[in-house]
Amino acid sequence: MSVASVPRGRRTGPGRTAPARRGHRNWAGWLFILPGFAFYAIFVLKPLVAAVQYSFYDWDGVTVGRWIGIRNYVRVLTDPQLISSIGHAFFLMIFFTVLPTLGGLLMAALLRELPSRRFGDVARTMLFLPQIIPGAAAAIAWVWMFSTGGTVNQVLSAVGLGSITRAWLGDFTWGLTAVGIIGAWINLGFCTVLLMSGIGKIDASIYEAARIDGAGFVQTLRSVTLPGLKQEIGVCVTMTMISALASFDVVFMSTQGGPGYATMVPGMMVYQLGFTQSKVGLASALALVLTVLILVVILPLQRAFRAEEDE
Amino acid sequence: MRTSKKERISGIVLLLAAMIFSILPLISMLSAALQPEGTVPVGISWPAHPAWHNFVDAWRVAQITPLLWSSILLVLGVVPIVALMATMGGYALGQLRVPGATIVFVLLVLGLTLPKEATIVPLYYQVRGFGLLNTRLGLILVLVGTFMPFAVYWMRAHFLSVPKVLNEAASIDGAGSWRTFVHIQAPLAAPAVSSMCLLLFLWTWNTFLQAIVLIDDPNKRTMAGALQNFVGFHSTDVVLLNAGSLLIMAPTVIVFLIFQRQFIKAMIAGAVKG
Repeated sequence: MSVASVPRGRRTGPGRTAPARRGHRNWAGWLFILPGFAFYAIFVLKPLVAAVQYSFYDWDGVTVGRWIGIRNYVRVLTDPQLISSIGHAFFLMIFFTVLPTLGGLLMAALLRELPSRRFGDVARTMLFLPQIIPGAAAAIAWVWMFSTGGTVNQVLSAVGLGSITRAWLGDFTWGLTAVGIIGAWINLGFCTVLLMSGIGKIDASIYEAARIDGAGFVQTLRSVTLPGLKQEIGVCVTMTMISALASFDVVFMSTQGGPGYATMVPGMMVYQLGFTQSKVGLASALALVLTVLILVVILPLQRAFRAEEDE
Repeated sequence: MRTSKKERISGIVLLLAAMIFSILPLISMLSAALQPEGTVPVGISWPAHPAWHNFVDAWRVAQITPLLWSSILLVLGVVPIVALMATMGGYALGQLRVPGATIVFVLLVLGLTLPKEATIVPLYYQVRGFGLLNTRLGLILVLVGTFMPFAVYWMRAHFLSVPKVLNEAASIDGAGSWRTFVHIQAPLAAPAVSSMCLLLFLWTWNTFLQAIVLIDDPNKRTMAGALQNFVGFHSTDVVLLNAGSLLIMAPTVIVFLIFQRQFIKAMIAGAVKG
């Protein structure tokens, strides 16, 4: 993803090196590159090119396809269901990106303050656990949590909110938020741990200076921790945004996009169009729009967060 | 920093809340899994007589033995191939002056941002065309290709950090690229390779979309992919469903608890690099 670092591998520019070295161009190096690249070309690039091709056809996967120009793309950008699935992905960012990043920042800052290393280790392990289990399994855990007789409703009843209990994932209004909470659960530990490692790199003497100046927790967080974590926050935001835009496992195992299209996301839609509705062309067009969308969101972010780090 | 007692206590309360939030769903599953079979559990309640035997039944019903075997086969197929080829590729991109390598590198970087949904539909038809649908081999080949950009990128970053003089010294001694690679560079890369293998293991094991699309028989899938089938059949039996799901997620959790430090380090490095 770090497109900014492309030229780094070529420290010896071809024009400036001595002729003797230039003669040492290593064609044999291709033998090292080719095996891995061949796999990548066959199983990633080839289907990607095929997706571009499919996207201009009306094809059911069985009979002969019909060239229809950009009609699939027009449909992706005008069909209310498809557009709303993209909208949902952006809504999910509140839970997949904003909450885990802010929460992770708070947790990492709190863990730094902790006198007990042991407690910190336990906290880190527990927070990171959701990141390790498969997304599909996380969904199953939360389907049970959010069910009518599940723990969420049990807790709500216990604190006197019994009137609002419901089957959360099956609710037209709250379904998408419930899916979002699953995402927040998965991503919180990732952000916490990543930001913790970033805090570890901040010079301890700066914290010491802040302490001598009498800065409180919030003040230190604002003036020492936040500025020092620019790159890590960038990575958190980037990775979690991709996880929101390209979400599939969690949605597939928790709601399948339902009820109706209330929790439909692009990834789920691609699967349904491609494999259950046999609209291969439309599925490919949506998949490519999703890919471009991710690039459009990510590249400026990369630039913004990397720019200053390169000095 | 000066923290008042009040601040410190509220900090610890917040941390504890986050910790509970993180493991509550797993505890909730465990509590349901231990209820007497055939009952309909409600919320979290520790049963008077925890039915540990449910796990034995779930092991059989969820067919954990063949699933474990299947996932291990997939990992053994994917991880060594990716590790070897990515180390070679990363070496060439990071150490050798290969003409035209920039194009290869740019194409690989493109692969880093590509969502798995982008290629899954054509991939299905392609794998079908190869006659590899419903085979582990098909899934292995697909995953090798999918993980390659990250793996090469990771290894390239390692080889960029190795001083070039090492190669030059070896070539003065008359060693060719291949001998230098096998005897000098590859052994030095071992730590980078091993933490990459941890990530590759986790990703292979947790593969979902490609597993459910390319393989119909749940017993040939990854553990994660098999969940789809298991839930489909047992969605009404909450006790069994939770016991089985816990068993299915247990291997990654156990491996994580053992290699915790390495895992967290690798995942952070992977995120920062990727």
